[in-house]
Amino acid sequence: MTRDSRNAKIRKELKKAQIVSNVQFCSDHFLMKLKMSGLPKRAVPGQFVNVKVTDQGTDPLLRIPLGIHTATLETISLLYKTVGEGTEILSSKRKGESVDILGPLGNGFDISRAKGKKVFVVAGGHGTAPMYWLVEKLIRQGHNEVECFLGASSKNHILCKEEMEKLGAKVHVATEDGSLGFKGYVTKLVDERIDEISASGENGLIFGCGPKPMLEALAKDARMIGMPAQVSLDAYMACGIGACRGCAVKTKNGYKLVCSDGPVFDAQEIDWKA
Amino acid sequence: MDLKIKIGRTTYDNPVWVASGTFGSGKEFEDFLELKKVGAIVAKTVTLNAREGNPPPRTVETPSGMLNAIGLENKGAAELVANTYPFLKRTGTKIVISISGANKKEFVECADIVAEKNFPHAVELNLSCPNVEHGGTKHRLIAQDAAATERLVKAVRRKIKCDLIAKLTPNVTDITSIAMAAEAGGADAVALVNTYMGMAVDAETRKPVLGNIAGGLSGPAIKPMALKAVRDAYLAVKIPVIGIGGIMKGTDVVEFMLCGATAVQVGTVNLVDPAGQGRILREFETYLKRHRVKKAKDLIGKLKG
Repeated sequence: MTRDSRNAKIRKELKKAQIVSNVQFCSDHFLMKLKMSGLPKRAVPGQFVNVKVTDQGTDPLLRIPLGIHTATLETISLLYKTVGEGTEILSSKRKGESVDILGPLGNGFDISRAKGKKVFVVAGGHGTAPMYWLVEKLIRQGHNEVECFLGASSKNHILCKEEMEKLGAKVHVATEDGSLGFKGYVTKLVDERIDEISASGENGLIFGCGPKPMLEALAKDARMIGMPAQVSLDAYMACGIGACRGCAVKTKNGYKLVCSDGPVFDAQEIDWKA
Repeated sequence: MDLKIKIGRTTYDNPVWVASGTFGSGKEFEDFLELKKVGAIVAKTVTLNAREGNPPPRTVETPSGMLNAIGLENKGAAELVANTYPFLKRTGTKIVISISGANKKEFVECADIVAEKNFPHAVELNLSCPNVEHGGTKHRLIAQDAAATERLVKAVRRKIKCDLIAKLTPNVTDITSIAMAAEAGGADAVALVNTYMGMAVDAETRKPVLGNIAGGLSGPAIKPMALKAVRDAYLAVKIPVIGIGGIMKGTDVVEFMLCGATAVQVGTVNLVDPAGQGRILREFETYLKRHRVKKAKDLIGKLKG
């Protein structure tokens, strides 16, 4: 996938969005649905929004980047983990209140590359959040062979298994403690499966999102068998629009920005050792 | 209402500018702002040669502020002139080009590249990025050494005709001595403050958060210190002072002007609210109306005793 920044050129909006619902999804995750017109039609899976959680005072100061979990014509949903002050405040918001949304931001997954290929969606822990919409879109567009690989430390941290199955995807699970599915890293499962595919001569494509070590392992496996892989990265971020140059990631062509060159990159473009 | 202010030979439509490094070239903000209503766009600092920037993480949030250690990532002065000048000229906004360098020679060569006959409207000398190191000075940064500051401003002054703004660091014992040195060197204005050096530590990993270990603190957290620095500089020099430091709203602009700022630059707010400059300008106008101030410049230095 060459970075033509086509998604990053989509018109961005800054607006107050009303909360339709904000409910606990599982132990430390919340699902927020926001009323938004316009944005959902322009956005693509893998893109994100930058959320300002409060108008009161200056702490927290910066916005929180959250991948779009799913969208309808009039709403977007954000599946977020409560990890700090900002997400704690977000989780306390009630239906009818508003949050300030900036988006859609960044370059999402290039779904057009999936045509005629077996698709493998690999997600680790919270990295599952933006992958649900990807799976939804792929299946809606007629890709009936979407296989998902979900990994987490334990059963309680596996997200969206039933939801993805409901969409019609085949879901494999790996947990580090063995409390659900395969005991070990999810990349081990992926590795075995893509080896089979490659041996059978079929073409495959990997979409990944999760912790950096997982994506690095995925990139390595994909390279070994020559399968293309698109991965979504995370970084400390400020502006989200390419102005501050804060969210740099080392690539084989120098530093690039997670917010506006990514967050989705070709896995082989990233300098994983940096 | 008259919002105009004058710095050097240039009259600016309003005193609310955007600070270097927080606004890209302005292109990133077109969806959110009327660039024409920005007092001046101070473009991201360029250097003679391209710079890759610092290893990540480059930014981290802190209470009411943020640390950054970007490391002056840029594609070099010639690239800016070739690829970004056409856009900047089309904006119809006053443009200030920020330059930096490892030493005096690089500053002068860079200035020579960026200065055209009637463009930009001013050159800002970034003598104070905390994430780089300057040569030819007894301290880490040129703006920590009065003699080096004066020599550098003088050298650039000799080379280009453009109005010159010296951007100073607050990481000094006495900012007035540096402001005076910039004035003696021939600067048309001083801009302050650049960021305060700081760091963030992760207690769990016991490591510094930033890839560069330390960085520069900006945002509302530094506003009280910046106001003091602006007031001190204003009392020490005759040239205009441009106030910078944690401006988030219209009354912040007023506070800086009362302390002696002729104009201000808003920085971190652009990263939080990409429409921030427009909002701040409107709030500033509302203040002027409410207080029946006819000319914005009448606020300059009018802090009551």
